[in-house]
Amino acid sequence: MTKRRTWTYFLPYGLWLALFVIAPVALIIYQSFFDLGHHFTLSNYSTYFQSATYLKMTANSVWYAFLITLFTGLISYPTAYFIHQLKHRQFWLLLVILPTWINILLKAYAFIGIFSQAGLANQFLTFIGIGPQQILFTNASFIFVATYIQIPFMILPIYNALDDLNPAFINASRDLGASNWQTFRHVIFPLTLPGVKAGIQAVFIPSLSLFMLTRLIGGNKVITLGTAIEEHFLTTMNWGMGSTIGVILIVAMIVVMLLTGDQKREGGTPR
Amino acid sequence: MKRLISLIVGLLAICGLLAYAGHHLQASSGSTGSKVLNLYNWGDYIDPQLLTKFQKETSYHVNVETFDSNEAMYTKIKQGGTHYDLAIPSEYMVAKMKRAHLLQPLDRSRLTGLRNYDPQFMGRSFDPTNRYSLPYFWGTLGIIYNDRFVRPGTVNHWQDLWSGKYRDKIMLIDSARDIMGMALASQGQSMNTTNPQKLRAAEQKLTRLAPNVKATVADEIKMYMTQNEAPLAVDWSGEAAEMLANNHHLHYVVPSEGSNLWIDNLVIPKTAQHDRAIYAFLNFMAEPKNAAQNAEYVGYATPNRAAKALLPAAVRDDHQFYPNTTTLHHLEVYRDLSPTQVGLYNDLYLEFKMHH
Repeated sequence: MTKRRTWTYFLPYGLWLALFVIAPVALIIYQSFFDLGHHFTLSNYSTYFQSATYLKMTANSVWYAFLITLFTGLISYPTAYFIHQLKHRQFWLLLVILPTWINILLKAYAFIGIFSQAGLANQFLTFIGIGPQQILFTNASFIFVATYIQIPFMILPIYNALDDLNPAFINASRDLGASNWQTFRHVIFPLTLPGVKAGIQAVFIPSLSLFMLTRLIGGNKVITLGTAIEEHFLTTMNWGMGSTIGVILIVAMIVVMLLTGDQKREGGTPR
Repeated sequence: MKRLISLIVGLLAICGLLAYAGHHLQASSGSTGSKVLNLYNWGDYIDPQLLTKFQKETSYHVNVETFDSNEAMYTKIKQGGTHYDLAIPSEYMVAKMKRAHLLQPLDRSRLTGLRNYDPQFMGRSFDPTNRYSLPYFWGTLGIIYNDRFVRPGTVNHWQDLWSGKYRDKIMLIDSARDIMGMALASQGQSMNTTNPQKLRAAEQKLTRLAPNVKATVADEIKMYMTQNEAPLAVDWSGEAAEMLANNHHLHYVVPSEGSNLWIDNLVIPKTAQHDRAIYAFLNFMAEPKNAAQNAEYVGYATPNRAAKALLPAAVRDDHQFYPNTTTLHHLEVYRDLSPTQVGLYNDLYLEFKMHH
């Protein structure tokens, strides 16, 4: 009886997994073996690994995803740490999460308004005497907006890790004569590392496949793998090549998961 | 468990009721009734007053559904389950739908307005005898400039875009066929070439344009140009018409050495059910007065010669949107190339974009 119960409970999850995780991935892998003439072939993969265009694009994507993750991390860790010290931390955390309730497209358009020639940023630059600059369609503005969008996804796991940290460890470290920096370096940071890793997982992979922002903010000056997939599926109708890039992204995701995966789960984040 | 079952039964009952009500509503609003016409159109691409007028004259009610890309429309009609009587694909899509056997031939004996159409827009390569399609609107690919930054008359040809003056000043529409086509036209080549050497040369020429390119974007070009974000852009005349309406500093030029001519067409998909309504509508839209009214509302160029004569002189003689005969002569309709040939265009275009 109990066994059957458990099985029944698993059913919705199993169905979900099969329909929305396994089936799409299987379809992508299947599609990636077909060329434009619908013949079964490995040519998509050989094109990918032989074409300077795609390899450069991959390198670009990884580089920009790395930069975005790096900046997100540099901003998120201190922020999470600071919020955790505050009195009304739940409230401050809510403020951090709030922007994620707004559609990413709306946020992108808001940034277009801020960064454009007649936008707020340029009005300010004119005001302090520098004069209007080209902000939109630069790599810097692309990284800035992408970082802004990813920050909440990095802050949350780090905050949770800080929350899980037993204060007794910190007290013990102080009692044993460690300075603030030593406490942070040898106690707090290592113990919250799983949160950082979870944050990297949540930021790096989506950054690899960003596509709306590359066009709206970056003006397609940065071409990521995500842009290429969008292009192959919507404009060039080369689903095989699009799927191939999709498979490569999935492999990249697994690699990142393995690299950042935590060895022991108990101190980890509730995910 | 009992409560769970009653919940599921309740949900199913509600679903059933909704399905029944939906079916009932649809029948009464008439998408499956007999006095209707189901039109599948681009958004805001027909004067709503004309639809009212059509209903008054013929008592056929027009249901309009909209799509935002040729590909989306194609997929929906191909999948079936729809009852569209008329659709409005662009020229290359007419050829594709024809090949996929998704179109019904027109019965010429039932068309009364054929002679109103300008022969320039009939019998083009995508449908040589107009067996399946009638032109609805047409337009071009060209250059939009802002007279606050660019002196009028200094940009007339594609080659002018390559000038060192325009560093980081040009916005391009994100479309492989159009941008590759622009480079080909600037070299005096056909925009339909499939010769790999010529295409490679076009890509190399585009790469030299890269320093001048500010961004490669899609629909947003309209917004950016209206807000004076860039002095120059390459886009279609339909988009240009909208920009010009919103910003008086903008102007549109069709390079006389050659550019693309696109034509949106009325076709009858295989799914059509209301024969009489279809021909009533086609004849109604071919009437010069109605076509002129529609052209004034939409702002695109009409292929209906008799209707063009009825337009105000300022519109009719506007060479931005009704180019002179020499230019018109140099315009090319995109041929429907094979997937591998289109693939070559796309690959080279992607290489160009990587050079930004």
